[in-house]
Parts: sequence; structure tokens; C-alpha cells
Amino acid sequence: MTGMNIERNPGMGLNLDWIESIQVNKSATERRAATLGTRRSVKKQNQVAWLLKAITLIDLTTLAGDDTEQRVKRLCAKAKNPLRHDLVEALAIADLKLTTGAICVYHDMLSTAASCLKGTDIHLAAVSTGFPAGLTPMHLKIEEIKESVKAGADEIDIVITRKHVFAENWQALYDEVKAYREACGEAHMKTILSTGEISTLRNVAKASMVCMMAGADFIKTSTGKEAVNATLPVSLTMIRQIREYHERTGFKVGYKPAGGISKAKEALVYLSMMKEELGNDWLEPELFRFGASSLLGDIERQLEHQVTGHYSAAHRHAIG
Amino acid sequence: MNIKDIFHTMDYGKAPESAELALEWLASHNNTFGHHINGSWVKGKEHFASNNPATGQELAQVAQADDKIVQKAVNAANKALPDWQALSGHQRGQYLYAIARLIQKNSRLFAVLETLDNGKPIRESRDIDVPLAVRHFYHHAGWAQLLDTEFPDHQAIGVVGQIIPWNFPLLMLAWKIAPALATGNTVVIKPAEFTSLTALLFAEICEQAGLPKGVLNVVTGDGRTGQHIVNHPEIKKIAFTGSTAVGRWIRQATAGSGKKLSLELGGKSAFIVCADADLDAAVEGVVDAIWFNQGQVCCAGSRLLVQEAVADRFHDKLISRMNKLRVGDPLDKSIDMGAIIDPRQQQKIATLVQAGVDAGASLNQSSVELPENGCFYPPTLLTDVSPSDQVVQDEIFGPVLVSMTFRTPSEAVALANNSRYGLAASIWSENINLAMHLAPLVQAGVVWINCTNQFDAAAGFGGVKESGFGREGGKEGLFEYLKNKPGKSPAKVTAKSTKSKPTSVNLNGLDKTPKMYIGGKQTRPDGGYSYAINDTAGDLICHVGLGNRKDVRNAVEAAAGSTNWSGMSGFQRQQVMYFMAENLSYREEEFAARLMAHGHSKKAADAEVQAAIERLSYYAAWCDKYDGQVHSVPMRGVAMAMHEPIGVIGIQCPDEAPLLSFVSLLAPAMAMGNRVVMTASEHFPLPALDFYQVLNTSDVPAGTVNIISGEQAELCKPLAGHMNVDAIWYFGEDSETVERESATNLKRSWTVTEVRDWHNNGQGSEFLRQASQVKNIWTPYGE
Repeated sequence: MTGMNIERNPGMGLNLDWIESIQVNKSATERRAATLGTRRSVKKQNQVAWLLKAITLIDLTTLAGDDTEQRVKRLCAKAKNPLRHDLVEALAIADLKLTTGAICVYHDMLSTAASCLKGTDIHLAAVSTGFPAGLTPMHLKIEEIKESVKAGADEIDIVITRKHVFAENWQALYDEVKAYREACGEAHMKTILSTGEISTLRNVAKASMVCMMAGADFIKTSTGKEAVNATLPVSLTMIRQIREYHERTGFKVGYKPAGGISKAKEALVYLSMMKEELGNDWLEPELFRFGASSLLGDIERQLEHQVTGHYSAAHRHAIG
Repeated sequence: MNIKDIFHTMDYGKAPESAELALEWLASHNNTFGHHINGSWVKGKEHFASNNPATGQELAQVAQADDKIVQKAVNAANKALPDWQALSGHQRGQYLYAIARLIQKNSRLFAVLETLDNGKPIRESRDIDVPLAVRHFYHHAGWAQLLDTEFPDHQAIGVVGQIIPWNFPLLMLAWKIAPALATGNTVVIKPAEFTSLTALLFAEICEQAGLPKGVLNVVTGDGRTGQHIVNHPEIKKIAFTGSTAVGRWIRQATAGSGKKLSLELGGKSAFIVCADADLDAAVEGVVDAIWFNQGQVCCAGSRLLVQEAVADRFHDKLISRMNKLRVGDPLDKSIDMGAIIDPRQQQKIATLVQAGVDAGASLNQSSVELPENGCFYPPTLLTDVSPSDQVVQDEIFGPVLVSMTFRTPSEAVALANNSRYGLAASIWSENINLAMHLAPLVQAGVVWINCTNQFDAAAGFGGVKESGFGREGGKEGLFEYLKNKPGKSPAKVTAKSTKSKPTSVNLNGLDKTPKMYIGGKQTRPDGGYSYAINDTAGDLICHVGLGNRKDVRNAVEAAAGSTNWSGMSGFQRQQVMYFMAENLSYREEEFAARLMAHGHSKKAADAEVQAAIERLSYYAAWCDKYDGQVHSVPMRGVAMAMHEPIGVIGIQCPDEAPLLSFVSLLAPAMAMGNRVVMTASEHFPLPALDFYQVLNTSDVPAGTVNIISGEQAELCKPLAGHMNVDAIWYFGEDSETVERESATNLKRSWTVTEVRDWHNNGQGSEFLRQASQVKNIWTPYGE
């Protein structure tokens, strides 16, 4: 971790005037998103540095029904040593002590992951509150958060109740997320909006703002289980709300796109988007994460290409 | 910096596009070019340097074409004309298709060469200019194919001269050449002297495409070469994109020459941000409006109008966005703004901005570091300005935005229209009612709702007011390169001298002095003079008012102030015009008598009145049927080509068929919603002067139609030169005066010197087209 000192967002009272004044024009958002990747290009040494940065921003994730302790151990091992040692040497970056930002698992896998990650700076995130649908009873969802924190998670990825968004019942959404935040205690809370399900960019923007008001440390796109997960227009919409919240309150909220980002090139576009729209603070793991399982593999291949001049193959890099 | 440093700074570094291929191409020509005429290179003289504005370094030597070279090019174009026109539309389309393919194949070369020569960011030449140029050739390959079936009554004009600017050298070339060739014309084109290189590469590409020799001729040089083209008698049409000053000169220089003209000129386009807009989206819109191509864009949204309620927030957002823009090496792929075209232009921008600051404007300039060498100017926002400031009125043609606020939608419209220009406008609101309310009210040829600087070959582009006339792109753009197939011209009608003293008085039922009709009232001539109207035997019939410039002024004032007619629905106008036809038919005998007084036989007089009644009905029918189009542009949304009235049209009627010609010109202008100032036939004015009765009894709002009598030669100057007249139609011999005077405010002019057969060739879509203008409204949608 960079040790950047970010004052935690305490949240604020629900301000419906702010929510109601939110406007999002879909076509214009798409147009800006479409030129993010064409307005900026990062090459050579700079690209290497940016990809290394991207590694530190990954929440290396496994969220499958067939997860086992052995599988999670393997993932943790990868998080600790994300890059092949000869590449680390060739790039002369051993003292960066590169790791991924976090490991992200279901509650059941926390104790295994916690013992694997002991002694590292790698965060341990648990998806919670009846992930992915979030339709379990409220008191169980609160209990689930508390159990996970007890089991060693220092980051909790909660899912919001989508029906509150459809009903535009911002009070209910706010109360729910605020309760989760209280249950999290010291653990940082990422609020998953399930952007693929709440569908419109206007909903995404409003839900983002409500979650930040309720004390979100991060706002996160999706569960990875939806038909559409993180996209650039959705991301642009969410980070513009982060900017708005920062301008109005002075607090910096983090952003986590999840699902669908699997290529190094896409990661670079995301990074330049964060840099352009929010600034360099949002290029650090305190304020930006990729929720991804296969992105790391592609970054490794690109880095090997930069080092050797030859295009690489997946089997040359350890799986997680 | 090493990797570890960059890991912490997260800088972009450099990402330069290679200039190698473009430089090789220049070297293969020894960095010296002649002209490309008749399919091959012709040696040039008086070479001058074409520089890279980002470095100041010379790229190549380009030649200055003199009159002999232009003559050579025109000869080649003339010679190529018959064979080119003899090809089928399909065959001509194949050539355009081949050109599109070849530009695509060489797209990177074109993009890099354009960026080297012009200084625009490689992203723009690569992602916008070149793909749009390709798109224009594909689109017009299709029009070539469809020409015979879609335009059966039209034919090519002949040799066309095209003069293009330096801000989009290849794209403007494509906009000009593609429709000209598709419609069967041959071309002499002159690129701007700062940016000739992609035009010369294009000429080579056409050689490769096997385009027949002489169909396209490229001559290079400065304004002097342009003058040779504009003044050349064998060039039948001039298409120009550039400054309003030069456009005005071209209008004057070609006056009376019979040349067809299209002018795409300057602008000071409004960028309207309503309180309910997506402000972040609108900020990006501003970036695409005024910080695109360094603001050197004729349709740049350079006048920001933002609603008071959100003005401070919007300015804050804009300034922080502005500070993120990267200015520098145009070949760098991470650059937002490149170089200004030339040190003189940079100086002009700096001078104008300083004048604005001296006048009290607050200067907000991007903190971005500019390169030490080369011609750069930072993104700039001027606030605290007002409509009376020069920076608000004048086109700066640089990355400088001026910002004002408005309180209500109607104030936004008033501010937006408070300009000599009328090229484009951009409207930002999430309220469809508001956006669609504003779009028709803003005087502009193109309106972008929640977007800006959208272009496509399928949608017309062009302005109103002093931004010029004519459209490029879309079906509307093709008419600029077509003319009607000739109809039969009857003999000119001549009148006996009107100077004779009255010898005998034959009132023939007339017991009064017919008056003029201004603002819904019968009026006497301002000067208090009248002139004699004689019958065919030379005997005096009566005296009519001798109108002068003050009568013109009063009539225009009345027309300009009477906006009711233009606001009525097509259906409402239709009711009135049918009523006019009905009321004319009640007065058949009266009007026939007037015509007989002018020497018509009873039969001819009856036939003309009957034809006039039918013509009124014909255009009454059109009132609610001359629909616009929805263009098929590559966007999730609609580009609506709306037919709008032009405003106030001055119409000078001919002597032939004095009632029918009057009605044939009045009716289409009215049908499309214009207000008119008609000057009656000079020698046979009685039916026109009596027409007020029809107007008075038909519920035509006062001021919609104003009728003056007098000498055409006397009236044409003040009418054609009036700044508040939006178009002039002239049927007479002195088209030169009319066209020259029309240059004052660059109004559209329709001058016809041939005598027309008003019975058989006096109605049709040509009249409706002349009576309307196309506004393209782009509206992307999606939720």
C-alpha cells in the first residue's frame, strides 16, 4: 500500500435535493466514454509502470459455488507473488514489493485467506449481505457483515436492495446502507450497485450518490454475476458522482469496477479515465480497485512482451 | 524517468505517431510540388514553403498558380466534361467508390500528413477527418448511382471551381469534390496555401483510382489563385468555404456572371446550457465544441450561454476540465490540442483576447505548459463579457470561449440570435420540451441537441445569415451542384415608353390612382411622385406611385415586424391561401379587366386569371406537404432536416404575365411561411397593386405581404442591399446589381435573367426550395 492518508467518508444526512437534481445524458456519456481510450495512449516504460500499478489495484477474486480452501490458498499465493520473479528482476522493481490490492472471497473462505495473507499488506474482502441478490432478511445481512469482520475481513462488499432503486425509495436505500456501514465498524465498505440490473445511468448516478451519503468507502459497479457488468459509460457516470460528492463534502470515495475487465489495454483506459476525471489520488489502491479474476494474467503477458519483445502465452505465468 | 519513478508519478509519457511514411512521400516528390492537372503533374512556379505549424519547419515547397495555370486546369476540366457526363450514374459511382477505398487504404498516411501540415492532433485527423472524408465518398458514390431516378429534371452545372480552407483540408476537399463528381461536374479545386499537401496526395490517389483525366484538377496558391478561379468565365459554379470577408468579396465578384454560388462562412455559434442539463456532459460538449481543432472551426460553439441558476457551477467544472487538457506535439496520441495554423493567426487570437480583457473580461486560461517552439495557444475562457464586446461579436477562430448567462429560454434565444452569423447551435437540456422548443427558434443551419460538432455525409451542413448559404451533405446538398434542365423561354414582353405625357385618358373602369400596400394599409409613395402607366397603344391608363428607398424601408420594416404568418401552422396558412384563391375568383372580371388594360386579349386575360387562381390553390395545397426529412446518420438518434421559412423575402416581379408571375412568386413564399416585399411589374403593375383586395379579404395578417410599385432599377438596390431582408428573388435583366448588393448581409439570392413561361414553367419544387431553408437538428437519444 502507498500509505496515502485518506480521511474516511463519514457519510451525511440524506439530501434529496441533490439526488433529484442529478441528470445523466446517456448518449453524451457514451460519447465521452468512447474517446477516453482514443485521447490518451500510454506506451513503453510508461505502459510498464501503469500495468504494474494496475496489479496493485486488483481485488483478486473468486466467488464461485465450487470454491474450496485449496483453491483460495492458490489465489492468495498469486496475490502475494503476482508477477514471475524473472520479470520482477528484469524490470528492476523488486523493492516495489508488488502485490495485488486485495483478495475477495465469500465468507466461508475468510479464515483460510486470512491465514494465507498474514504478514502482508494485502486486504481481505468478503462479499456480504446475501450476495449476489441481497434478498435475505435484514438482521441476517447485518449479522453476516459482523461475522465476516470477526473472521478477518477488513473490507466488506455489500449489495444494495435493487427494488429500492426502482421505487426511487432513496430513504430506504440510505437507511439500509447506513446500517451496513455501522455493522462494518473499522472495515471499509464497498457498495455494489448492481449496475447491470438497475439498468439506467440515471439510476446508477442516483444510487451512487445515496450510497456515498450513507457512508460508502467505495462504490462498486456490479456483482460479476449480471449479464452486463462494468462498462465505461457506467464507470464514467459513477466517478462523476464521486467527483460531485468530493466537491460538495471534501471527502474522497473510492471506485471499484467489477466484472468484464479482463484485458491489460482496458485497464489502461480505466486508469486514464480515473486520472482525467478525478486525478492521481484515484490511481492508488486506497481509492481504486479492479474487481477481476483474469485481468492479472493478461497484464503478465503484456509485461513479458515489454521485457522480451516477444508475445507471451498464458501457460508461462502461474495461475491463481 | 525510470519505471519506478513513473509508478509513482503515473505520467503519460510520450506516445508519438511516426511521421516516417508521410515524410517519405514528401521526399519522393523532392519536397517540391507543382499542380495536378489533367491527370498528371504540371510544373509550378513561384514556390513557397508549406510549414509544420507545430515546429515551424518547412515540409515542402508548393507552387503559386497564375492565370495561365488556372486556364490550363479549366481547359482540362472542360475537355473532360462530355465524357464524364456521358457515363452512367453507376459508372461514376464506381470511381467515387474506388476513391473511398483508396483513402481508407492510405488512411494513416493521410492522417499523419494532415497533422504535419495543419497542426491538428493526430487523434482528430485519424478518428474524425479521414473517416468522415471516406464516408463522404461512399455516400456520394450512392448518389451518383441514384441521380437519374432521384433527380430526373436536373443536370450537372459544368466546370465547378472550389476553394477550401486550412482548418479541415482533406475533409473540406471531400465535402466539395464528392457531390460535385457524383452529379457529373468536373472540378478545379484550390486548397488553402497553408495546407495543400493532402489535396496533392488526394490527386495522386485519384490517378490510382483511374479517374478520367481532367475530371479533377488541383491547383495550389494563395488568394490570387482563388481570384483567377472566381473570375474565370468558363467556371459555372463556385463553392467556397472560408471567411465571411472573402465570401462577401466572392459574392460581389461573381455578381451578374450567372455563376451558381455556395458559401460556407464564419460563425459565432451559441452553446446553450440550460439549468436542467447534464452539466458534466455539457462540459465535454464544450471541449468538443471550442477545443476541437484548436477552436479553428467555423461552427465552433464559441459563445457559451448558460442559465444563471447553474452558471457558477458550470464555470467551475469547465475551468477544472480546461486545466486537464494537454496541449503539445500534434503527433502525440495523448494530446488534446495541437498547434495554431500560423503565427499570424496566433497573434490575431492573442490580440482579440487582450482587447476582451482590456474591455473588462475575466480571463481564465488553462495552466497547461505550452511547448517552447511552434505555434500554440492555451485553452481560454472569457467570462464577464456582454453582447456589446468585440470578443462576443467577432469570430476569433481560436480556442477561446466567451461566456454569458441567461434567465429564461426566451432570453437564451434572444442572445443566441444576437449575431450576424447563423451557422450552428448546441442546446443542452434533459427536458425534451425545452430542447425542442429552442431548436427551431435559434437561427442556425445546424442545431445539435445534447451533442456538438456532429457531421455526416447524409445530413446537410451550412448556415444562415452571414454564415453563408447552400448546404453540403444530404439530399439538400446535391442541389448545389445541379441545375434544372432547360425549359422553353418565350419572347420578352416589351412595353411602350412610360415617359410619355398623357395625351388622352382612358381609365377603362379605373377611377383612382392605385396605391402601394404596406403593413396592411394602402399607402402613398414616400416621395410623393408617381409615374404613368400606358396601354399598348401608348395611351395613359393611370398613374401609379413611384416607390423609392424609403418605401422599401417601410415595407421591409412592416414585413420584419409581422411574424404572425411565420408562426402559423401549415394547415392554418393553407386555409388562408385557399381563401385567397376563392377571393381572387370572385374578382375574376376585375382582374381580367386590369390585364386587358395592359393589352391582354379577353381570352388571354381570362386564362391568366384562371391560372393565377389555380396557382394559389397549388401552393395552398403544398402548405402542409413540403415535409422535411429524417436523415439516416450513424447515430442512435435522429437528424431531422426541417424546412423552415427564410424570413423576409424581397421579390422583384417581371413584366411577363403580370398577374400570374406575381402570384407564382408570392404564393410559394407565403406557403413556406415567409413574409414578402413584392415589387410589382414595372410596366404592368395594375393586377399586382389591386391584389391587396384579395389579401385584405382573406385574413392575411397585416405586414405579411407588402407591395410596392416603381422602377425596378431604382428599387432593386435598396431591396437587395437591405440588411433585414433574408433573401432576394429577382426576375429581370440587372442581376449584377442585385447580387452585388445582396453581399451586404450575404442574403440568398435567386436571380433569373431568362424570360420564363409562367403558364407552363411557373411552379414546382424549385420554388418551394427557394422559399425555404433546411435546418438539420441532431438529437441523440437513449436512457
